[in-house]
Amino acid sequence: MAAVMPQRRYLTWGSITLLLALSWVLPESGLLNPYVVQILMYVGINMILTLALNLVNGYMGEFSVGHAGFMAVGAYMSSILTVWVIPPALSFWAFPAVLVAGGLAAAATGLVVAFPSFRTRGDYLAIVTLAFNMIVKSVLENLEILGGPRGFLGMPRLTSLPWVTAWVLLTLYLCRNLVYSNFGRGLMAIREDEVAANLTSVDTRKIKMYAFLISAFFTGVAGGLFAHLLQFINPRSFSILKSTDMLVMVYLGGIGSLTGSLLGATIFTLLLELLRPLGLWRWVVGPLLLVLLMIFRPRGIMGLKESKWFIPRFGAGSRRS
Amino acid sequence: MLQVLGQNVLNALQLGSVYALIALGYAMVYGILTMINFAHGDIFMVGAYLSLAAAVFLLGLPFKAPLPFVFVGALLFSMFLTALLGVTVERLAYRPLRQAPRVSAVITALGVGLFLENFTLAMLGPQPRHFPGLIPMQPWNIFGLTLTPLQVLIILLAALLMVLLDLLIRRTLLGMAMRAISYNRPIVPLMGVPVDRVISLTFAVGSAIAAAGGLLYGLAYPVLDPYMGIRIGWWAFIAAVVGGIGNIRGAMLGGYILGFVEIFTPVLLPASTYRDFVAFSLLLLLLVFKPTGLLGRPMFERV
Repeated sequence: MAAVMPQRRYLTWGSITLLLALSWVLPESGLLNPYVVQILMYVGINMILTLALNLVNGYMGEFSVGHAGFMAVGAYMSSILTVWVIPPALSFWAFPAVLVAGGLAAAATGLVVAFPSFRTRGDYLAIVTLAFNMIVKSVLENLEILGGPRGFLGMPRLTSLPWVTAWVLLTLYLCRNLVYSNFGRGLMAIREDEVAANLTSVDTRKIKMYAFLISAFFTGVAGGLFAHLLQFINPRSFSILKSTDMLVMVYLGGIGSLTGSLLGATIFTLLLELLRPLGLWRWVVGPLLLVLLMIFRPRGIMGLKESKWFIPRFGAGSRRS
Repeated sequence: MLQVLGQNVLNALQLGSVYALIALGYAMVYGILTMINFAHGDIFMVGAYLSLAAAVFLLGLPFKAPLPFVFVGALLFSMFLTALLGVTVERLAYRPLRQAPRVSAVITALGVGLFLENFTLAMLGPQPRHFPGLIPMQPWNIFGLTLTPLQVLIILLAALLMVLLDLLIRRTLLGMAMRAISYNRPIVPLMGVPVDRVISLTFAVGSAIAAAGGLLYGLAYPVLDPYMGIRIGWWAFIAAVVGGIGNIRGAMLGGYILGFVEIFTPVLLPASTYRDFVAFSLLLLLLVFKPTGLLGRPMFERV
């Protein structure tokens, strides 16, 4: 056991370094054409979205249908910062801080959903999140200063593959640590039985609050990355359809599984690209595949299972609680 | 001033009738399966297109068909076919998931909705279709209010359908079976109730009523496009939740409330673009303070 541990650690760090290096070298050297790089960036952004949503929908077992609202807040907040506040010369270096600011703004709006979640649950909480999504979209459509329904533009293209990769790794790392901590056990206890969790001294209110805030934070970060990749955002790109996409990725990959989230985001994004030649029929075939998947594998590809790679192994003596 | 108010009340009743008809479908399915049938808005859309097809066909007959005949023909045709569609969707997509986690069924419903929208789009193309006028348009003037025959027809027909549905649910054996299933699903099959058949019939009735809503909506706002079901569907869904989801009379009440919200928002606020904001904020507040809607029973939790 003790001999395995360092080896695995080197392997992990080695692959992280390699991944980051590759994400920088491949586009720079022109080995991957810009189209493929773009798709990879979308895959990465979708991975962050899926991991974040899985925290609420998969691990905590609530049903949020409004995460596109958080994404919108993050996207608009970070875009406002890069367009109006930060001088262009600094924007490259300020980008991580801008994304964090977008995430924090999204987390702040997460309170709107977190408070009702203390009283309402299940379908009614799903409807609260849905209403939240619609309200965010409607507010953005009515804010003329942000371009209203025409959208907001002028962001520099700051999102690049290394940034996306770094944020995916960071999100994955934090989500894994959260899920396998005491906090994570609390989350899953809420999913299995909220009343019993409460009785066994799980502070359900605190955990729900944190879960929504953390999930909203990462969704907001993904929104910032999305805005600075597309360089143009409008309220319609954060409609309920976007939330539906996220839900599909989570349930395709499998609830309550980090591996599933990564797989779901990858398969969904690549599949939609592969079906592009079908034109209009792409959106007929896509939903049909989803329905078939749900019928034959209702828990998604990795439902509640995890790749061994992501499960932390605690050596003897280092057992944390 | 009073005239404007009266006119707007009429408009709100007209729109609210359509919302109420669609909201009923959400409420019935939720009541019996505790599942949010997100495809229902798109079933309404298909109903509207089917009634358009029937109306165009009947108007194009070599002899001149009388307009009431065309109207009734289109209504029955689209109600029947849409009921069939609802039953098919339930049979193929929802029934295999009866034992699966409830969210899988919801995701499937979202998928079915997207499928219906985009299938219609791919078949018919993106250009909107115009609904032919079937009801004479010359308005009546009563106490200074302009009242079109169409408005009267929509309000009365919707009310009639709702009364019939209420009778069906409260007075017939089928209605009793529906109420029984929503009351206690595991026990009902033991009493000899064919659960699957009752669920199929629920979908048939809900879809047929949505099809009637589709025809009425098409007559009142005569531009159809494949994505029309999304917005109307969401609004009807809010209506069902406002009334207390799963509650039939609540859905009717919610439909009219939403009609009033939509019509009166532009009257009271500067722009009609605020209507989504107003409607959803109301919904959010209502759910925070009265989590089970206006007429919904409070939930008790057994530990």
